[in-house]
Amino acid sequence: MIEVKDLHKSFGDVEILKGISTSFEKGKTNLIIGQSGSGKTVFLKCLLGLFNYESGTISYEGKIFSNLDEDEKRNLRAEIGMVFQGSALFDSMTIAENVMFPLRMFTKQSKSEMEDRVNFVLKRVNLDDAHKKMPSEASGGMQKRVAIARAIVNNPKYLFCDEPNSGLDPRTSIVIDNLIQEITREYNITTVINSHDMNSVMEIGEKIVFLKDGYKEWEGSKKTIFKTDNKAVTNFVYSSNLFKKVRKMYLKENNN
Amino acid sequence: MLYLQNIGAYFLMIVEMFRKPTKWSVMKQLILKDIDDLIIGSLGIVAFISFFVGGVVAIQTALNISNPLIPKSLVGFATRQSIILEFGPTFMSIIMAGKVGSFITSSIGTMRVTEQIDALEVMGINSLNYLVFPKFISLMLYPFVISISMFLGIVGGMIASVYGDFTTFEHYIEGIQLDFKPFHVIYAFIKTTVFAFVLATIPSFHGYYMKGGALEVGKASTTSFVWTSVVIIIINYLLTQMLLS
Repeated sequence: MIEVKDLHKSFGDVEILKGISTSFEKGKTNLIIGQSGSGKTVFLKCLLGLFNYESGTISYEGKIFSNLDEDEKRNLRAEIGMVFQGSALFDSMTIAENVMFPLRMFTKQSKSEMEDRVNFVLKRVNLDDAHKKMPSEASGGMQKRVAIARAIVNNPKYLFCDEPNSGLDPRTSIVIDNLIQEITREYNITTVINSHDMNSVMEIGEKIVFLKDGYKEWEGSKKTIFKTDNKAVTNFVYSSNLFKKVRKMYLKENNN
Repeated sequence: MLYLQNIGAYFLMIVEMFRKPTKWSVMKQLILKDIDDLIIGSLGIVAFISFFVGGVVAIQTALNISNPLIPKSLVGFATRQSIILEFGPTFMSIIMAGKVGSFITSSIGTMRVTEQIDALEVMGINSLNYLVFPKFISLMLYPFVISISMFLGIVGGMIASVYGDFTTFEHYIEGIQLDFKPFHVIYAFIKTTVFAFVLATIPSFHGYYMKGGALEVGKASTTSFVWTSVVIIIINYLLTQMLLS
């Protein structure tokens, strides 16, 4: 479980995060949503320790991140898997080498053990024939799946995904969403996804945190988001006619 | 003020580069890859430039000797001194700032832009040690490149002056042996080692701390070349003042 209390973060005089408090539960897909510029990416980077923050606390299983020394922080990060928006695969390595990278860095496994594990996770993300390809030879969807494979290869306790569906077609987006949710349940990890894809919210949002102008405006789940009367949330989530209709139908079905 | 801030950040980067070392089995491969990219990959251009510039130095020296009292061996002597004292270590390092330096800045800068450095940090890897340290170690072989440059520069001078009828082979050989001071070679290698450190760290600094996108990677490479050259010229002056005067 990850707990955040009264988090403040500024760049110069501009305050980006204005006292965010929330928690992300184990075994669930937690989504951070909000408009562009609402502070989602900054919030995610604070959670990962890539940005320092002015005040507030972030604790992983009760351990306050800012109180850890550099070595403890690095050890904690070794338990984190991250899927970046642009996948962030290492250009100079093949897909198999990219996935093997965390194992080479943090385990003492033999080469055959590492290869077995890489084969297993690549099969898990339906990429069992792409070992020798370079990242530049893979499609956007494949790159995202490789990034997920790399993120889970070392059995992380926490999985972070920054807009995992950006640049993907709707069908591939659903595949990626389902894959993340299955992995979260299968390995009982704490997953935090940064997204503004409403399909993801409706499909896998077991917990949803809505940010607006650096504040936590609302939190709930994919079920409660249909019933909320928070104007900022409804304006954002139901901005398209399709989702307005979906909401109407949902409310009609549940009222009957 | 920004300059002071950058100088401070540069020295902090160097300290951080030595902390939390990467696993040796991984580091070994990174060092070998960087030796291939930075050292072996530079030998061709270094050999080509050294050979022809050595020839030009010899021809120009010979053409400027009009007094018959000046011995013909001066061509070899002047070529050797120019190549060992300045051309090999300094001029070649400026060229390497363009070739190796911009390669380092653009490769690290691209990793920054595409979040590959963030990926390393999130995994708990000291990205400065992972990226910069192998370049620093592999560039410690840079004096080997410069010794090849010196050799080929002198050979180029010999071929140009003998085949161009500016002097004889015997006179040229006599000239390169004339008043030889081994300390000059030591001085050249001291300079080269310091320049190797500059070549590894200043371009890495510009790549690692760059902000922006693809356009900024190009700008960072240019800035890195300018600053690496400026620092090499200043250090060259200071070391010459300290070691030779």
